[in-house]
This record gives sequence, C-alpha cells and structure tokens, in this order.
Amino acid sequence: MQQVILAGFGGQGILSMGKFIAYSGLEEGKNVSWLPSYGPEMRGGTANCNVIVAEEEVGSPIISKASALIVMNQPSLEKFEDYVEEGGVIILDSSLVPVMPKRKDVKVFAIPATTKAYEFGNATFAGIILLGKLIEETKIVAPENFEKALYKILPPKKHGLIPAEMEALKFGAEF
Amino acid sequence: MGEKLLMKGNEVIAEAALRAGCRHYFGYPITPQTEVAHYMAKKMEQIGGVFVQAESEVAAINMVYGAASAGVRAMTSSSSPGISLKQEGISYSAGAELPMVIIDIVRCGPGLGGILPAQCDYFQMVKGGGHGDYNLTVLAPCSVQEMYEVVVGAFNIADRYRTPVVVMGDGYLGQMMEAVEFRDEEPIAKIDKSSWAACGHKMEREHNTITSIYIEADVLEAHNNKLQAKYREIEKNETRVEEFNCEGADVIVTAYGTVARIVKNVIKDAEKEGIKVGLIRPITLWPFPSESYAKYADKVKGFLCVEMSTGQMVEDVRLAVNGRNTVDFYGRTGGNVPSQSAILEEVRKIAAKKK
Repeated sequence: MQQVILAGFGGQGILSMGKFIAYSGLEEGKNVSWLPSYGPEMRGGTANCNVIVAEEEVGSPIISKASALIVMNQPSLEKFEDYVEEGGVIILDSSLVPVMPKRKDVKVFAIPATTKAYEFGNATFAGIILLGKLIEETKIVAPENFEKALYKILPPKKHGLIPAEMEALKFGAEF
Repeated sequence: MGEKLLMKGNEVIAEAALRAGCRHYFGYPITPQTEVAHYMAKKMEQIGGVFVQAESEVAAINMVYGAASAGVRAMTSSSSPGISLKQEGISYSAGAELPMVIIDIVRCGPGLGGILPAQCDYFQMVKGGGHGDYNLTVLAPCSVQEMYEVVVGAFNIADRYRTPVVVMGDGYLGQMMEAVEFRDEEPIAKIDKSSWAACGHKMEREHNTITSIYIEADVLEAHNNKLQAKYREIEKNETRVEEFNCEGADVIVTAYGTVARIVKNVIKDAEKEGIKVGLIRPITLWPFPSESYAKYADKVKGFLCVEMSTGQMVEDVRLAVNGRNTVDFYGRTGGNVPSQSAILEEVRKIAAKKK
C-alpha cells in the first residue's frame, strides 16, 4: 500500500497531481482514495491531498504515516515532514523550498521542478516532474498507466500536451 | 455493473439520485456538500428534470414537501447549519408522511461552527431535530461506493413507507474521491402513489389531502399510533449493520462513516500487539442495530465508541448494551479526526482490564 501526501500553494495543481496518481492507480486495477483538504487552510492559499493506492481495500482515507511526501512550498514541508514513515520518501521542489528537511531517516529528492518546467516551456509541468520522481522511487503506478490516465482525465483539446508531459515525467524520474 | 469511475462522494450522491429516478432537486449551497447541487444543476437541465436553487434552506425543504406531495421522487441536500434550518419542514414531512430523501454532509458545530468534517448531527437526525414523535430513517455510508448503494436504497425506503429518509455522511465522505461502479439498471421500487398523492385527477375522484394538522386529540393520537406502527415495521425490515472481526474479540469498537474506516486500520495495529478488536458499524443509525451489541455484551472486555463528536451515538450504544458491560467513549471535535494511535491507546486500556 502506498500512501502519499501532496502539499503546496493553491493553484500549483496539488489536487490535480493527486488525482493523476489516483486515476493511474485505478487504471492499474488497484484500490484508490483521494482526500483533499477543503478546510480553512485552503482559503489561506495552501492545499494538500492524501492519496492511497493499494492492492487491498483502503481502510482510513486519512494518512497517519505517509510512504511519500511531495511538497511545493516551505510551510508544507514543515507541516508534513513528520508524517513520513522511516525509510519513506520526500520529494520537494527546490525552486520553491529553500530549507531542506530535518529528517535523516528518509530519502530526500530536491528537484528544481518549477525552474525546469519553465525550460520545458510550461510552468504547469512542475508537478509532473515531481510525480516522475515519485513513480520512479515508489513504483506506485506504472508510467504507461499514468499516460493512459492522462488521456482519460484531460479534455481532448489538451491531449496534444500529453507527449510533452510524459517527457517531463521521464525527466523527473531521471533527475 | 459497469466501468469503475473515480468520483467525489457528493457527485455520487447526485448521480445515484438521478439513477434512482429523482427528477426534482431543491437546494441551497453550503460547504461541504455544494457539489451535489453543482451536479444536479448541470444534469437536470440535460434530462428535463427540475433543479431549483432556492432562496433559503427553509424554502428548499418546503419545495421538496410540495414535490413529494405530488408523488414524485424529490431530494434536498445540505450541511449541518442548513439542516437545522430545514428541521421544521422535516417534522412537517414526517407528520404528512411524505417520501423524500434528505442529504446531510455534516460539518462541525454548534452554530456556524466550521466547515471541516464532523458527526455532531447524530442527535438532530436520529433523535429528531424537529418537534413531535417521529423517526427519520437515517443511513450512514462509509465509502463512495456505499454512498451510491445507500442513496438508491434511501429512495426505495422513502417510497415504501411514505417517510422521509436521511443519508448522513461526514464532510470527508462528500469531498473524497474513490472508485465507484454503477449498476446498469437500478432496482427502483415501483410504487403506486395515486391513492394518496395530490397529483391532479381531472375531477375524476375525491381529492387527496396532504396534511400534518389534526386538531382533535383522538384523531391525532390515532395518527401518531399509525406512524409508530410504521416505525416498528421499518425497525423490523430495514436495520443494517456491518459486524467485522467480532467473534472472539477482546474489545469491540463501534463507529460509523469515515471513523469506522480508521477503526479498521486500528484493528490491524492492535492485532500486532495481540489484541483482537472487533468493529460494529451501524449503517442505519435509525433504526439502530441494538441486537448486534446485545449479542456480544457478555463476551468482550468492553466496548469503545468513537465519534467525531463529544458523544452522541454512544448513548444508543449504552442503551443497547443495557448495563451488561462498559461502554467507553473517545471523540474529537472542531474538524479534528480521531487518530489511529489515539484510538489504539483507548483500546489498550480496555484490553488491559481483568474480565
């Protein structure tokens, strides 16, 4: 069972990133849950979601121990760092998170995703780059199922973007 | 069954209602259930149904009263403070024996409270937030798939017994996305309402009257007795519960909705420590599955009731256990959710007791 917390500012696509993973998990025939933050913190400009992908039935959709954490701003790292289980993974956007995690018992991947996304010519790819590393490290879903999920979720007019998004995913995986 | 789709609980509520033949929805927006209204607004237009964003919750419930009086499947949805406003209309609907479905996606109170998830509406739904001797049938799903089953079932129960039915879920159940599989065809109860509905008859028969006013004492008492007889029937036929891992359990934890799923994780944690924990999860909060508790009352070291409230369902658990064992309580409020570790700690205390 993989339990991922994704967190950042509102507007960075945090909730969508979580949805991509959940849809990919469904594509793979696994059980999934996606739980967004919808509380007052959303109004304060931060967003997070809990995504679970499991072979077995999903018990609590609320994550108490995360196997992976993706963060796209500093407050989110501080808030969720301690949720990550020993040996778990923290993936952060180092373009936006200047101070590294304190934890020494987890694997940390710092990727300047936002900067690199601009190099790809599309700022919205930052999340995809980070998800590339998540998929590479945790094998939460297969990249081909991620691609299938994109075709399902995105409206047809955006399908032209998917090959570039898969490039960004690969870039993140290899970073 | 068709393809598995990933949908929010709130969207599934609306889709389930449409599949159950509901073509009349009246609501007023409030977090965390507004997606129900969004979905209805979009779909009703496409299928020729009726969607009204009413001027208030009070207006919305009375529109449901009107539509249900005419014999159609009608629904409203809201969240806790909005439900408080609807209570007058709900009492009237129970009195007038109107089949309808009321969705309550619960947020924390009292007052305006907050928008985070809670289970603090148990009293107002199960014990009657409105006046008079009536019971609402209250269904409490714990997953998006079960939300679908329960909403379809709610319309059938409503029609079968001519009674308002509530589907109650904490805010997380409305906001969460999970896989859902819809049936190709719904088992819709085909019930002829022409004997009582005020649906127009071209002067070919006597008028049907929908009312909750009975001025004479004996007439009203007879009406109350009739309602009570109906409630006994619902208790007999519609009580639903999930018993999980209860045989041979040291401790039985009871919870509904999202909290029950947290308890399922606790069961695994406790097992690693050699404590066998069972779960009783009421799916109907009314009628309450009292027998499930009575059955195990002499067998376990104790019961623990966990809620996102300061202790509401626990009263019914204690009535069901009827003094034969201890019933402890653990709850969180304000939008906080009981954590696995905190529940486990409570379980340990009960398991350590000598029997």
